[in-house]
Amino acid sequence: MLKPSSKPAAPLFFKIANLLRLDYPLAIALVLLFGWGTVVLYSAAGESFNAIIRHLIHFGIAFFAMIVFANIPPALLQKWSPYFFAVGLLGLFTVLLIGDTGKGAQRWLDLGFIRFQPSEIMKIAVPMAVAWSINRHPLPPTLFQIMATAGLIIAPAFLIAQQPDLGTALLVASSGFFVIFLAGIRFRYLFSLLLIVLIALPLLWYNMHAYQKQRVLTFLNPESDPLGSGYHIIQSTISIGSGGIYGKGWLNGSQSQLQFLPERTTDFIFAVMGEEFGLLGACSLLLLYSFIIFRSLYITADAQETYARLLAGSLSLTFFIYVFVNIGMVTGLLPVVGVPLPLVSYGGTSMVTLMVSFGMIMSAQAHRRLLSG
Amino acid sequence: MGKVKAKAEMHNRRTVAFAIVVAVAVGLLARTGYLQLIGNDKLQQEAAKRQVRHVSVPAYRGMLLDRHGEPLAISTPMPSVYVNPQQFIQYPDKWPVLAKALGINQSDLEERLQSSQHLKFIYLRRLVQPQTAREVRALKKYGVGLERAFRRYYPAADVSAQLVGFTNISDRGQEGIELALDEQLAGVPGERRLLINLHQQGVEAIGGEVKPVKPGRDVQLSIDIRLQYLVYRELQDAVEKYQARAGSAVVMNVHTGEVVALVNQPSFNPNDVSERFGESPRNRVVTDVLEPGSTMKIFLMAAALESGQYRLSDKIPTAPGHLRIGKYTIKDHRNYGTLDLSRVIQKSSNVGVTRIALGLDPVQQWEVLDRFGFGHLTGSEFPGEAEGKLTHGSEWGRIQQATITFGYGVSVTTLQLARAYAAIASGGTLPDVTFLKQKEQRSGTRIINEQTAQVLQSMLESVIRPEGTGYRARVSGYRVAGKTGTARKSIAGGYSEDRYYALFAGFAPASRPEYVAVVAIDEPIGEAVSGGSVAAPVFSQIMAGTLRLMGSVPDRLKTAGVNRSKEAGS
Repeated sequence: MLKPSSKPAAPLFFKIANLLRLDYPLAIALVLLFGWGTVVLYSAAGESFNAIIRHLIHFGIAFFAMIVFANIPPALLQKWSPYFFAVGLLGLFTVLLIGDTGKGAQRWLDLGFIRFQPSEIMKIAVPMAVAWSINRHPLPPTLFQIMATAGLIIAPAFLIAQQPDLGTALLVASSGFFVIFLAGIRFRYLFSLLLIVLIALPLLWYNMHAYQKQRVLTFLNPESDPLGSGYHIIQSTISIGSGGIYGKGWLNGSQSQLQFLPERTTDFIFAVMGEEFGLLGACSLLLLYSFIIFRSLYITADAQETYARLLAGSLSLTFFIYVFVNIGMVTGLLPVVGVPLPLVSYGGTSMVTLMVSFGMIMSAQAHRRLLSG
Repeated sequence: MGKVKAKAEMHNRRTVAFAIVVAVAVGLLARTGYLQLIGNDKLQQEAAKRQVRHVSVPAYRGMLLDRHGEPLAISTPMPSVYVNPQQFIQYPDKWPVLAKALGINQSDLEERLQSSQHLKFIYLRRLVQPQTAREVRALKKYGVGLERAFRRYYPAADVSAQLVGFTNISDRGQEGIELALDEQLAGVPGERRLLINLHQQGVEAIGGEVKPVKPGRDVQLSIDIRLQYLVYRELQDAVEKYQARAGSAVVMNVHTGEVVALVNQPSFNPNDVSERFGESPRNRVVTDVLEPGSTMKIFLMAAALESGQYRLSDKIPTAPGHLRIGKYTIKDHRNYGTLDLSRVIQKSSNVGVTRIALGLDPVQQWEVLDRFGFGHLTGSEFPGEAEGKLTHGSEWGRIQQATITFGYGVSVTTLQLARAYAAIASGGTLPDVTFLKQKEQRSGTRIINEQTAQVLQSMLESVIRPEGTGYRARVSGYRVAGKTGTARKSIAGGYSEDRYYALFAGFAPASRPEYVAVVAIDEPIGEAVSGGSVAAPVFSQIMAGTLRLMGSVPDRLKTAGVNRSKEAGS
């Protein structure tokens, strides 16, 4: 009543919140997911406070990055796309030439003040570039356009596969593919592509590294090498299965606490959750993920700009693929590929990339109102 | 128009995407649910298989005690050091620490780690000192561990070595009483469930002890360690004095069959593993047979008296001191002329016993020997006990019937001999031999008439008289009965001319016998190597010590006084 405004006075908190242009249902779900993951990580990391503090710092930076990108209009992102992509491609080349070796693969680039994987940038840069490329012409894209755009997918995917990091290469490729899919590729092209992939499979097989072949073979029969390459799968299925409905309780997962479960803070953290919190824990996690994915897809549907729609849709589906590949791998449905469980696994770079992509998804929605209003 | 169509197409796509997401989410949930609901039991077992180890908890091994409770074998806790080479090989900076603690060469340790680097468990050193264990415990997190174990220690060392025996590295009985009573002594190891981590390290015990440890029982032996020391010393002196190959002695309670001392020479120190080889660990008293020679003659007398064909007063002609049977000639040391039964024993006349034997039915004679336990185990249940050899009387020829009477063509153990003499001493009952202290009085089986036994006792007592062959076996203050034996050792193709067993078997006090002792010296060297000159003095010392330690009341006080004054006068 004191203020001469016709609208009811909103509390300051909501004013600021509105200024941030965040999608709150999505942001809250992300924070909940992260929090839930942190609880599990604390147990998986052997009750290490240091790890948790670093994890929180990673999330802080990533959350900030999300806010920043949520406030960048899609039009601007579209303009930056080719440059962003070029920087990422340059990074990939550099990595192949002078990259740091971690676990037998050259993935890291050390800039002195920060150490990161250029392939992570590509997870965003490729869908951006593909969406940019497709959006230069009216939809749906012609076969020629698709062929031209395919180079933007194949080049980075090939470079990443050379590191070698087949998992990320496939994820990057699929993120690009999702753009084309959403842009309205004809189903007959899709089937042709599928056919080509099937034909290319033996070719791929002969070009795979021995360890990659071994992973696939192990996936088909983990018991063939229980102490070697089948070890991960056997230990993780045991962890999950021994959890039962209610789990063994927090900090009481014997498989993880006794260090039988490998990579328990990163790729195999879902097994820790399955063991300590059982089916209920796994359900709650899957529900959170489903909510995030559906909310993202909902936002995508609401976006008005084609570029924003294509990018946000692709990023949502890529996120979904992460979840599927990781949980599929940990539960023994898919071969072991090095894909972390998004927002739950320990690791800074992937956390930032993911939150940036959520920032972009939110931006697709936030700027809709501005355009219409 | 194209734009509208494109938009409809995108909606279509979105539906497909939604459908796929839902399908996949359901699929993942189904897979997780399958593992957790249906695979749950099996996978929990799999987890337990990896995480739970059943660890054996060694049982304390019971002590062996002498009849007064002095320890003969003790178990002391001494852990064993093991290492997980896979893990420890990653900490080269800790290698010198471990090498120093164990007192081994660092290069040796490195070599062992390298050669077993794919293994998760090797013993580095069994049974270490408490100090070493403390130093090693600090390396626990690097893969070095201690396993609870016991070390067996034998305080009496050489003195009771062959009797007590010893255990192996795994604390199980390997020889002697340790082996015979292993089950009682060893107890039953318990079992603990241990939660282990990836590096096979025990993290914590779960569910307490699955199987509780059943500690072994202490066992009290019939041995008197004081007497054992005494017998050991006397036997050792004699073996050294006569440069003998070996020697054995056993002292037994005539009524209960309890062995109160049992010694073998040469001996060994069971605490030193390197000495546990060769001939020394053999308990000769129980496992070795010998031909008993003249100590056997008294059993012919038993047969003769039991047959009713002979009486003590019967006169046996032994002139001219030799007797021809077939192509063999049986000789005495000299021509003793005509002897009564008692003097046949006193003089140990081969001709005399042969003449008596030839008047007896061989099967009857054999039966008596058989009743005295020859050819049978003594009931001691000692591992590797020999039963000797006594062929059935129906198979005896005349010459064999003759030689068996003076102890050739029959093989016995020293323990059998002691037991048979105990039967005479106890008044005709054969005791079962035992190494365990008996809580209740027990007596043997009657095998001969009590009167016969008394006559035999008096015959044996006459051997100790100044004119007998066993004079040197006398014990001042006590009446002693016994028999000498000088047995030629059998060699390929006959009997040796210069290698003997010098034997003495006897008991005291003769008026009411309590202890029997047998001394056997294997191949004594010297001027006089007969049982009377070599074994009898050892018997005398042993029996004197036994009677004194056991508090036996002297039964020859007067004579002892006379003897002493005589010796003082001369």
